[in-house]
Amino acid sequence: MSSPLSRLRLADLLPVATIGLRTRPGRAALSVLGVAIGIAAMVAVLGVTRSSQAEVLARLDRLGTNLLTVASAEPHGGDETQLPDNAGTSVARTEGVVAASATAQLNDLAVYRTDLVPAAHRGGLDVRATDTALLSTLDAAMLHGVFLDESTANYPVVVLGYKAATVLGIAGLTGDDRIWLGGRWFVVVGILDQVELAPEIDRAALVGFGVAASDLGWDGHPSRVYVRTDTTRTTEVAGMLPRAANPQAPSRVTVSRPSDVLSARLAVADATTSLFLGLGAVALLVGGIGIANVMVISVLERRGEVGLRRALGAARRHVAAQFVVESVLLGAVGGGTGVLLGAAVTVALAQNRGWQPIIPPEAAGLGLAAALLVGTVAGLYPALRAARMAPTEALRTA
Amino acid sequence: MTAALELVDVRKTYPGSPPVESVRGVDLTVHSGEMVAVVGPSGSGKSTLLNLAAGLDRPTSGSVRIAGEALEKLSERRLAGLRAHRLGVVFQQFFLLDHADARDNVAAGLLYRGVPARRRRAAAEQALEQVGLGHRMRHRARLLSGGERQRVAIARALIGRPAVLFADEPTGNLDSANGDAILQLLRDLNRDGATIVVITHDTHVAAAAQRQVTILDGRVAS
Repeated sequence: MSSPLSRLRLADLLPVATIGLRTRPGRAALSVLGVAIGIAAMVAVLGVTRSSQAEVLARLDRLGTNLLTVASAEPHGGDETQLPDNAGTSVARTEGVVAASATAQLNDLAVYRTDLVPAAHRGGLDVRATDTALLSTLDAAMLHGVFLDESTANYPVVVLGYKAATVLGIAGLTGDDRIWLGGRWFVVVGILDQVELAPEIDRAALVGFGVAASDLGWDGHPSRVYVRTDTTRTTEVAGMLPRAANPQAPSRVTVSRPSDVLSARLAVADATTSLFLGLGAVALLVGGIGIANVMVISVLERRGEVGLRRALGAARRHVAAQFVVESVLLGAVGGGTGVLLGAAVTVALAQNRGWQPIIPPEAAGLGLAAALLVGTVAGLYPALRAARMAPTEALRTA
Repeated sequence: MTAALELVDVRKTYPGSPPVESVRGVDLTVHSGEMVAVVGPSGSGKSTLLNLAAGLDRPTSGSVRIAGEALEKLSERRLAGLRAHRLGVVFQQFFLLDHADARDNVAAGLLYRGVPARRRRAAAEQALEQVGLGHRMRHRARLLSGGERQRVAIARALIGRPAVLFADEPTGNLDSANGDAILQLLRDLNRDGATIVVITHDTHVAAAAQRQVTILDGRVAS
């Protein structure tokens, strides 16, 4: 007549495995801190990155990625050089181009608040001649007043870029705002809102082609053409534009895509994310070692309990399971705390920056899984030590 | 009468230089319903003998049989099963789970048999009544007196109706009044049918048993 094997019900394993946590909650809290910090760091990094990327993507979506600028490849000391005088029209005729606007930087001109400002105080502002379609091509908006139109383009009126208006100290339109431009007064009829994809427009005072040619000595050559393309053909169109702008010397034309600057920020964010994820992984590893340490000490302290359990009929695997589950629970508590902490950091930071906070569910899931894995691995050695103890040894040394 | 415990030429040698022969060929038979005291001075090998008889350690040679089952033929897992189902041990240091109440401590005696918690607790309440602690069921173990703690430990060893109940110096940590009460309890349990082996160096304790076996230098002296 042989006696049955000993067995521990699954429903009993959990209460047995939480004895250590229940009797020493302070120690348990300290031992999970490392894992919690590691997981929090990883979740926060992923959450913050995702939130900021979503912000950039939303901006790209809003601004569009189909804006191209065509300019000369060899600017003279920062000033734009001329394109052939029919560049604007031939660019506009190119297949895939939805809209095109030519502008010309008037290099020798400066703009002042009044005629009393010394000529050296240029304020970093440019004067640009532009066609009347610029507003719609850039998809820009007016902050005040109106843009240039066919009738005002021939008269001394000016539209100020957002930054230019600030520098000149013109906050709103009173009806008789004037600025001193090229040795004569110009009436300000409008102020543009910020144009994110064309910061050079922000810093410019814009005048019509007509008045530029008649009063400001413009020779009719554009220096920069803004192009909106068919959204699906932007890259293809970009390849065709140099020849359209300057058939004789296409290599002297450069075509750029301002939204690339924003896209580049996505790539940079990816690189920094990996770095911080690595740091989080190190914290997690250290946290796991912390749990293993605490578990080893705990097993040594509880030799008497281990011996008693063996005397009561616990098999080695029951003792091992008890300590592994305890360690896994420590990992789970650390992981859960870490996910909550990381989510809180993400929300706080996103709100601070005015982003929509996004906590990627896969980051929370992976964080928890990693914490459980760390808890399991950390518990294996202490659990095996406890299971290997001979009952008599455990009882005698307790 | 059937043999609850049977030791045949049991020897235990601890490795070292020189090796220590702690138990040197012990033959001992304890019948069901008996109460036997194993007496001997400290260092006589009686504690080693208890560990071997209670399946906590394995002999170097010889045979240990509990209720007809030869321990030396059992795997580690089978031996654990035998401890869970056939044996009860009471220690000098009680070994209670301090954070748990008396009832849960006693119920732990059935934990590794896979008995559901509700039935374990019901059986524990019965066992606590049996040792006279019916009024202490929900008291935490660390708040109980020494005598009460040993009663809880006895109830825990008893709850599974083991083939043999071993008690290692059960009165060693108690004053004489509490010690006598524990001895009386063990006698009462024996009268009700429990097979008990008490290991002690105290002749007063040994006198409580029907039969005394004296161990000296790892051998049965009388």
